[in-house]
Amino acid sequence: MRHTISVLVENKFGVLARVAGMFSGRGFNIDSLNVAPTHDAALSRITVVLKGDDSSLDLCIKQLRKLVNVVDIVDFTEGQAVVRELVLVKVKADTKTRSEIMQISDIFRTKIVNVSQESVIIEITGDEGKVSAFLKLVEPFGILELARTGVLAQKR
Amino acid sequence: MKSSTSPSSFPKPEIGRAMNGADVVVECLAREGVDVIFAYPGGASQELHQAFARSDKVRVILPRHEQGGSFAAEGYARATGKVGVCMATSGPGATNLVSAIADAYMDSTPMVAITGQVFTKYIGKSAFQETDFFGMTLPIVKHSYLVLDAADLPRIIKEAFYLARTGRPGPVVIDIPKDVQQAKLTPVFPATVSFANPTLGELPQATDDQLKRILDLISTAKKPVIYAGGGLVSAEAHADLKTFAEKTNIPVATTLMGIGAFPESHPLSMRWFGMHGAAYGNWAVDQSDLVLCLGARFDDRITGEVSKFAAGATIVHVDIDASEHNKNKRVQFPVVSDVKYALTRLNELIAAAKFTAPDTKPWITQINEWKRDYPFSYEDHKHILPQEAIKTLYELTKGDAIIATGVGQHQMWAAQFYQFDEPRRYISSLGLGAMGYGYPAAMGAKVACPDKQVIDIDGDGSFLMNVQELATCAVEKIAAKAMILNNQHLGMVVQWEDRFYQSIRGNTILGHQDNIGSPDNPGGLYPDFVKIAEGFGVKGRRVIKKSELKEAIQEMLDHDGPYVLDVIVPYTEHVLPMIPAGKTVKEMILK
Repeated sequence: MRHTISVLVENKFGVLARVAGMFSGRGFNIDSLNVAPTHDAALSRITVVLKGDDSSLDLCIKQLRKLVNVVDIVDFTEGQAVVRELVLVKVKADTKTRSEIMQISDIFRTKIVNVSQESVIIEITGDEGKVSAFLKLVEPFGILELARTGVLAQKR
Repeated sequence: MKSSTSPSSFPKPEIGRAMNGADVVVECLAREGVDVIFAYPGGASQELHQAFARSDKVRVILPRHEQGGSFAAEGYARATGKVGVCMATSGPGATNLVSAIADAYMDSTPMVAITGQVFTKYIGKSAFQETDFFGMTLPIVKHSYLVLDAADLPRIIKEAFYLARTGRPGPVVIDIPKDVQQAKLTPVFPATVSFANPTLGELPQATDDQLKRILDLISTAKKPVIYAGGGLVSAEAHADLKTFAEKTNIPVATTLMGIGAFPESHPLSMRWFGMHGAAYGNWAVDQSDLVLCLGARFDDRITGEVSKFAAGATIVHVDIDASEHNKNKRVQFPVVSDVKYALTRLNELIAAAKFTAPDTKPWITQINEWKRDYPFSYEDHKHILPQEAIKTLYELTKGDAIIATGVGQHQMWAAQFYQFDEPRRYISSLGLGAMGYGYPAAMGAKVACPDKQVIDIDGDGSFLMNVQELATCAVEKIAAKAMILNNQHLGMVVQWEDRFYQSIRGNTILGHQDNIGSPDNPGGLYPDFVKIAEGFGVKGRRVIKKSELKEAIQEMLDHDGPYVLDVIVPYTEHVLPMIPAGKTVKEMILK
């Protein structure tokens, strides 16, 4: 099953390696990972999305809780949390296709953050469903580059 | 003094005199009560050795290999419960500590491993003798530090010792770059430690409701057993366990880590159970209707096929580490608690309330029959058998020695034929199973307990892995003794070859293949351990004849100094009983 795990940690070097190592050492592949400081600069939040069977992931979370630099852990199951991701996608766009791309972007309430002669960079924020639907629509124009933050989650 | 009458109960940090980082390390170790460190110098740890040389607060013992030093630190810790401390230089010095750190992690041994690191400015540049030791040890430490500012040293060292010894003990690594050791500073020694992780504060305690529930389960049980692990030894809860078992009339089987947590000569003792443990202990757990697992972790060498383990029992699992619950075995009653608190409180509740002890008489009668009919045993042989040598050692020491072991058959026989009535007497690498552990661990234990007889019962394979520590014992005058059960083979692997691989020898012969030594072929014995000992300036003796065994062991015991007793035994003995890996009690091999 897919899990979104939010780990509140001390903002110190090596902490990410310890947390990531706990997953990798048990054969979990991380789908997405985001790390950034919280409103308290001494703390960071790591948000991990991964798939795994519930009991081994449950054990993994208990073991994570033991790490000295870990302050708190929440394992969100679907529906419990507001989930968002920010994606920057550079799409091939010439004079012929640009307006169509902009139309699609409008419908999805995305932002065009850069325009050049050959491409546009679009910023899209949303949950996984919205992001993948949008990417599917712009894919035929040619995706040149894509960067995403990974999922962020907050309890409702 | 004013501070002593101050209403404030918060101890204040203390400001030290100006010194360099290395001196701060020594000062901090002394403040933590460290009296000995096993340390091998090198370029990146030289400043620390210089600081030790300037101070007389901590005894520095030079092992002859970093692995020996780190196993010695573990032996020291296991014999005392205090934090064992070892130190090595960067790079190869540090990597030689890895086995002991992994071992301490598996067996929850309190240890602090200090390593020198290259100058901060060289980190990450493949400098001479540089390894990312912080990164390398991440999965095998309770916690670790790379010190980048000398001002952090007092706090880090205080935290490291707190973490190593508190809760479930374990190893902590402190990696200190050379420039941090050299930095001049006025240290501030904190009086307390604090952690952002809320689980690191107070030890968890079972609630009275949980404990009363356990007592209710006990009252109605017909075939209860206590499964007692190393957590009881760490928590110093052996006396509480004895009271509890006696008040509830429940028989006790320990794990190998738990040996001595309950006196093995006690009528309620079922010794230890698991793959090579007592048949009666295994049967009792298998047929039990209530298993009280205290401070243990359902290791595969205990459970065999885990789904069939104690299948008919209600299982209560008391452990300080919540992540051990339902890890290997799903249990009905997981209780997160310091096991000492749980037992103390259970004993109080038993005394206070109208607790009816279960009628375990028929159950104990059954167990006593098994004990009578299936004790640990061996058949007499014309040559000295390893089991016999251990039994003789037990008799001559009256069970009062500290025993360290290597890994293999001798390790199991030592636990079977030496009987332990007190904790911290059987010191062995049990989770990791690290060969070469025995002699350095005995060395560390002897340093910790100089008035006790400390003997490494070893195999010829394991002993050779850290044989260089004979030099340490000779030079430092540490009277750690080794009794080698020399069968010229890697006995446990041979046993598996015999049982599961049609006796095909896959690199399990330690001497010359065309002239294998044995009691019948003394000319083929290889190597000559007595001569090796002699080269180190250590007294040694080889014994082949059965008639000389007792007298030879007595000579070893009487000798004031390190000693190597090379006991030549046949390689044909198997450790029994045996529950093959992944099998069940029903498939236990008895003969």
